[in-house]
Amino acid sequence: MGNNAVFRVHGLRKSFGHIEVLGGVSLDLHAGEVTVLMGANGAGKSTLVKIISGVYERGGGTMSLAGNDFAPQDFALQDFAPNTPAEAIRAGVVTVHQNINDGVVADLDVATNLTLDRLSGSGAPVLFNPGRVRREAKAVADRMGLAIDLRARISDLSLADRQMVAIARAMAHQPKVLILDEPTSSLSSAEADRLFALLDRLREHGVAILYISHRMSDIRRLADRIVSMRDGVISGVFDRKPLDYEGAVNAMLGRKIHLDRIVARNSARPVLTIDGLRIAQGARPISLTLGDGEVVAITGLVGVGKTALAETLFGVRKPLSGTMMLSGKPYAPGSTGEAIAAGVFLVAKDRGENGIVGDFNIQENISLPFHRRMSRLGVLKRRIERATARRQIQELGIVCRSEKDEMSALSGGNQQKVMVARWISQAAKLFILDEPFQGVDISARRDIAAKLRASANGRATLLFVTELDEALETADRILVMSEQTIVGEHRNADIDLERLLAEVAGGPLHSAA
Amino acid sequence: MSSGWVRMAAARDHAIRYGFIVLLFGLIAYFAVAADGFVSPQSAVFIFQSVAITGVLALGVTATLVVGGFDLSIGSVATSAMMAAAYVMVVLEQNAVVAVVACLAIGVIVGLINGWLIVYMRVPDLLATLGMMFLLVGLQRIPTEGRSIATGMTMPDGSVANGTFGAGFLALGRHRFDFFIPNLIPVSVVVLLVLAVLIWFFLEYTRFGRMMYAVGSNERAAELAGAPVKAYKIWAYVISGVFASIGGILLAARLGRGDIASGNNLLLDAVAAALIGYAVLGAAKPNAFGTAVGAVFVGVLLQGLTMMNAPYYTQDFIKGLVLVVALVFTFALSGRGKR
Repeated sequence: MGNNAVFRVHGLRKSFGHIEVLGGVSLDLHAGEVTVLMGANGAGKSTLVKIISGVYERGGGTMSLAGNDFAPQDFALQDFAPNTPAEAIRAGVVTVHQNINDGVVADLDVATNLTLDRLSGSGAPVLFNPGRVRREAKAVADRMGLAIDLRARISDLSLADRQMVAIARAMAHQPKVLILDEPTSSLSSAEADRLFALLDRLREHGVAILYISHRMSDIRRLADRIVSMRDGVISGVFDRKPLDYEGAVNAMLGRKIHLDRIVARNSARPVLTIDGLRIAQGARPISLTLGDGEVVAITGLVGVGKTALAETLFGVRKPLSGTMMLSGKPYAPGSTGEAIAAGVFLVAKDRGENGIVGDFNIQENISLPFHRRMSRLGVLKRRIERATARRQIQELGIVCRSEKDEMSALSGGNQQKVMVARWISQAAKLFILDEPFQGVDISARRDIAAKLRASANGRATLLFVTELDEALETADRILVMSEQTIVGEHRNADIDLERLLAEVAGGPLHSAA
Repeated sequence: MSSGWVRMAAARDHAIRYGFIVLLFGLIAYFAVAADGFVSPQSAVFIFQSVAITGVLALGVTATLVVGGFDLSIGSVATSAMMAAAYVMVVLEQNAVVAVVACLAIGVIVGLINGWLIVYMRVPDLLATLGMMFLLVGLQRIPTEGRSIATGMTMPDGSVANGTFGAGFLALGRHRFDFFIPNLIPVSVVVLLVLAVLIWFFLEYTRFGRMMYAVGSNERAAELAGAPVKAYKIWAYVISGVFASIGGILLAARLGRGDIASGNNLLLDAVAAALIGYAVLGAAKPNAFGTAVGAVFVGVLLQGLTMMNAPYYTQDFIKGLVLVVALVFTFALSGRGKR
């Protein structure tokens, strides 16, 4: 092992400002092998990929790529330091990014897309020769076993076909290393199967593949090797057959169990009852009950339906089937406005995208959903608005000069506190938080968790978190989600972590609890 | 050294905040000296009158700018309303009230269609309202086969249109109130002031206005805060359409006829006023007060240039130049131009 690495990264470092994102990453990729890279959000996967593909400059460490005359015993690997994506591609490292549309030009046909790099490269002919383009494109398509009409426009193709074109286009460079960043995140399972077949073929051709994914089913299907990443370092390498999937998940989520464990409470009075709720085609139904005063965390990998469930509860999307009862009354919100009126609040994930109104100051951001309650005859009562903001700033310990500060002046943790303050300022029946600790420093995270637990009485609190630690630190009860449904339930006292991790990894041995 | 920097930063802040107000007074002072008769009641009346119509249109387009949209159809809505008013009174021989109602209805309908195109048909705002502009420019010519409308005109079928503009309707454009000097303030200026105060209050002090700003800044966040985002956007275009039709009523009342050739500059002037408004008091966002100041600015500039005998063709150039400078003020210097 090790000697036949096609591509080798050693001690790679990268910092943005004073924040270290990669703290010395070493990684080998072997020819004809699929290496799966796992890691939670913020673990540094994308940064690593961007350095390898020439988007970012590395902060330290070395990278090397085997020469064309590949010999197993040849240690004299060439140093590899691309300054631009084009250089990386020329050297033989090709990346297919998560956003499929980055890899194809939607308004052009398949043939042009497949030959685009040759058309735009230096030394390309000035005149556009449609016949030659089609011939070259056909050669590329045949080599890849691509059965798509070459004259079809990309925008008329399915996502899977676009993905195939993007990969085929990448393969036209005959790379030694192919990196795929969550390629199946928008594909159906039938579409994903076609992708896997293609990857199998590339593997047989001796391409070293780095495959980034959270989907356990993909990983089981493809992986020859799993590398887990956490907090900017490699936290585990698994290459002994049969692969230890649970160990890989464990290494990715980390289990630095804090001993300031919480005292789990039990709740008697149900607030929300969900019965037979299906949130995706083909998913098993979800049934659960949340009680008054209870803090429940739902954990699971990215893409298992946590956000879909949160949005269903908040009226953003409708369930395929099933019923919900809120405080004993039927609850079927048709809009976010109806959900809020019923007392269901959501702190959405990704505050920059879904939460913060950039043109508004702290005070205006906090009052946003409750203008009606803070106004008379439509006129906002600014005194009440300001008093509410000041109280929240104090209670949550938001660090700012005043309630009139711009949001952009706040740190990530304080911005998130404002998002929590927005909703906690009014009494809720069901308070949902989707990834509330994303991009939040430890102390702000502790403040928010403490506030959630201290104010929990009188409502049910539901958190969606990928990181297990966050669930263990805040929740009375932990539910595990996998494949768009709930697969496990644990009281946060004497938790059987082995079983919980197995459920997160979606192992076939364990059925629903 | 560092205190020097602080002072410079403070000076820059002041320049951004008060720059355009200072420029406005500077402009007035310059014209007062350079242009004979600029400081006179007649000149003031003329400025007021020209400001009134562009100002009303600009306030309407401000509403669409607030929700992050844009309305290019305002000029043609105004001229369509003008033609409709003339048609209703002259050809259909109805009274002023019917004419006003017809104009407002046009504004509402066009606003609803614009909103529907943008919100439900997902046509980009600039393109939807551009299309609407072309559509209206053509539509307003169909009933009279491209002719202007005036009392006594011959209709396409050979009959003569005998209706007249009602006295009450004409007063909207021609009557002037005494204000220190007799006959100084035209009715249209009063209309502008009332509408300006209304929209200013609406945007700054009501929850609806606040939510419109939220929609313009982060639509997704507004939706997740329970706001009916689509409704807010459509309302913004309805406000814009109605204001533009009010502008058209004032225009018809001033001209006393349905003039096919008038109103060409309304769109540019109104948009310039609203965008200059971004820079007033360093707001860096669309706002009613800024728009009003912007409209006065454009009015003073035009009247001053006219009185200095600047050729008409230089006026558009200078307006465009002022607009570009104002946009630089807003987006580059203040560093807050996040839109």
